[in-house]
Amino acid sequence: MISEATEFDPNNILTVKDLSVDFDVKGQSINILSKVNFGLKRGETVGIIGESGCGKSMTALALLRMVPSPPGKISNGEIFLNKKDIMSLSKREINRVRGREISMIFQEPMTALNPVYSIGNQLVETIQQHKPIDRASAMEEAIELLRSVQIPAPEKRISEYPYQLSGGMRQRIMIAMALVCNPQVLIADEPTTALDVTVQAQIFDLLKKIQNKNKTSIILITHDFGAVSEMADRVIVMYAGFKIEEGTLEEIRNSPIHPYTKGLLGSMLELKTDSAGFRERLPEIRGSVPDLLNRQAGCPFGPRCESATTRCLQMPPTFDLGDNRSVMCWLVENGEN
Amino acid sequence: MEKNVQNKILLKVENLKVQFKLKRTSWFSEQSVVHAVDGVSFNINKGKTLGLVGESGCGKTTTGRAILGLVNVNEGKLLFENRDLASLSLGEMLRLRQRMQIIFQDPYSSLNPRQTAGDIVLDPLVVHNIGNQKERQERTDELFALVGLRKNQQYLYPHQFSGGQRQRICIARALALNPDFIVCDEPVSALDVAIQAQILNLLCELQDELDLTFLFISHDLAVIQHVCDEIAVMYLGTIVEKADRVALFNNPQHPYTRALLSAVLTGSSDKKTSRIRLEGDIPNPINKPSGCRFRTRCSFSKEICVEQEPVLEEKYPGHWEACHFRTSKTQASI
Repeated sequence: MISEATEFDPNNILTVKDLSVDFDVKGQSINILSKVNFGLKRGETVGIIGESGCGKSMTALALLRMVPSPPGKISNGEIFLNKKDIMSLSKREINRVRGREISMIFQEPMTALNPVYSIGNQLVETIQQHKPIDRASAMEEAIELLRSVQIPAPEKRISEYPYQLSGGMRQRIMIAMALVCNPQVLIADEPTTALDVTVQAQIFDLLKKIQNKNKTSIILITHDFGAVSEMADRVIVMYAGFKIEEGTLEEIRNSPIHPYTKGLLGSMLELKTDSAGFRERLPEIRGSVPDLLNRQAGCPFGPRCESATTRCLQMPPTFDLGDNRSVMCWLVENGEN
Repeated sequence: MEKNVQNKILLKVENLKVQFKLKRTSWFSEQSVVHAVDGVSFNINKGKTLGLVGESGCGKTTTGRAILGLVNVNEGKLLFENRDLASLSLGEMLRLRQRMQIIFQDPYSSLNPRQTAGDIVLDPLVVHNIGNQKERQERTDELFALVGLRKNQQYLYPHQFSGGQRQRICIARALALNPDFIVCDEPVSALDVAIQAQILNLLCELQDELDLTFLFISHDLAVIQHVCDEIAVMYLGTIVEKADRVALFNNPQHPYTRALLSAVLTGSSDKKTSRIRLEGDIPNPINKPSGCRFRTRCSFSKEICVEQEPVLEEKYPGHWEACHFRTSKTQASI
């Protein structure tokens, strides 16, 4: 019953096995990511959801081998992208993989773009990094890219600077930049968090369009379950560096098993069509996220869990329920839940 | 279930305008002016919550700040319990200020990192010279209990608290002077969902317990729906629609409100197909479009929308809307 490390599913474009990341803080080693396993199929969108500090962004950085080092390091685990062992690649080889096979859309489009270079400059630099073409044709390609992310008047916009663009526009530029080499895997780290709702919807439409066209696999990292239900086929719920539950969108939405997932979904506000629930007490998860510096033994969610028992003082294993459905909770052991 | 609250107007805002002048780019260039808030009017009844919702840059925060006198008002009237705030002397204003407080969006930057939590909370008492040291300490203890913090956490500094706890400190500080009216400026936007629920529960409890009146500013429609009695939707400095909670969410009128509602990402999948998509971004508030401000993104816009700015009219009892059309929109199936 206890999960074997994910076997190499030939359908998977990306396989992550027992990925752990540690940070050294003042001589003390903090475990940020603990043995995370998952796979990503071609053309599929996996949503990683969790509160701040749960390790979702760190997972993304680890996949690109961009964990800031020092103080951080990938202490354990294997990452296979297209059967290529990412962990064993040299610096030069990983640079070729980044952008070409896997690339990332960062959270804050204002800080991720360089304010003193024009949009065109930054795009051309990226294109020339990956393709042996001259500046003029790179510029043409950049304009084409801007058009593909639906930026109006790309010939004009290309010579503008990030400050001249709106937030939604900047995020489109970031997406264009990530798409330079048509990567097979796109990691979107909170791509719409800084944007307004109407613009957010535009960006998700764009990502879906790109995915349909290029059969891109997307890893969507977010704290917003609304965004996950808009985009994802499969959902991974993270808590304090652990993958605590995984399942299809329907499974997670309709029949969550882990008490944390239940609590997270329960405390989420949704727009209602009737007047029910006005000012009603929302279910809340008591307490706050654990301090990773002083990890307690046992289940990381134990101290906040309503259904915790003495058994939870021992670390629960990840129970594999088949079909990429897994839960890290003792409740599943005897079929109770 | 209707509670027997007399509908006493606590705050009346009439045609509020706030403008920010921008730096001239040269001596000969025209002075550009941002019309951040451009003629906003509403009333808030005592003990009720008015929600201001809109996208960034629509002027909702500026409205809140203008009411508290944190930015200069260029035009319009603010009446607090029927007293014009502009006519008050400095001393009177200072006293009235005690009754109006604000909770800011970002609990990280709105707390002084060098003050302990206890000092932050009792600071308003010091500023307004209320009580002696012992009384102030008692009040602080009381406030900490009220917002669900432990007494011994008074001696900790802001960085030692989590985001939700920091927002609790901000709430305690806002409550220190026993206010009647609190501007909640995106109080839960910076928090994780699980913590968001805690803070919303706390705010609702406090409102019932202390008979508070809220102006609740948020971009999150689900949050607004959960806490507000009445809701005003803002776009580019004006209110485009205003109605009570049930009417606004069940029978939205203005095309912008409809688009906003349908852009909300919900957990259920049935909405995916029937979504209204707005094109483009909010126009620049320096050169706002002529006529209706929303016309550049509106699918119903006609000639009249270019020429004439629609006024906020009561289209149904209690349901106000600023749009030239009424029937054509309902016929078109959206």
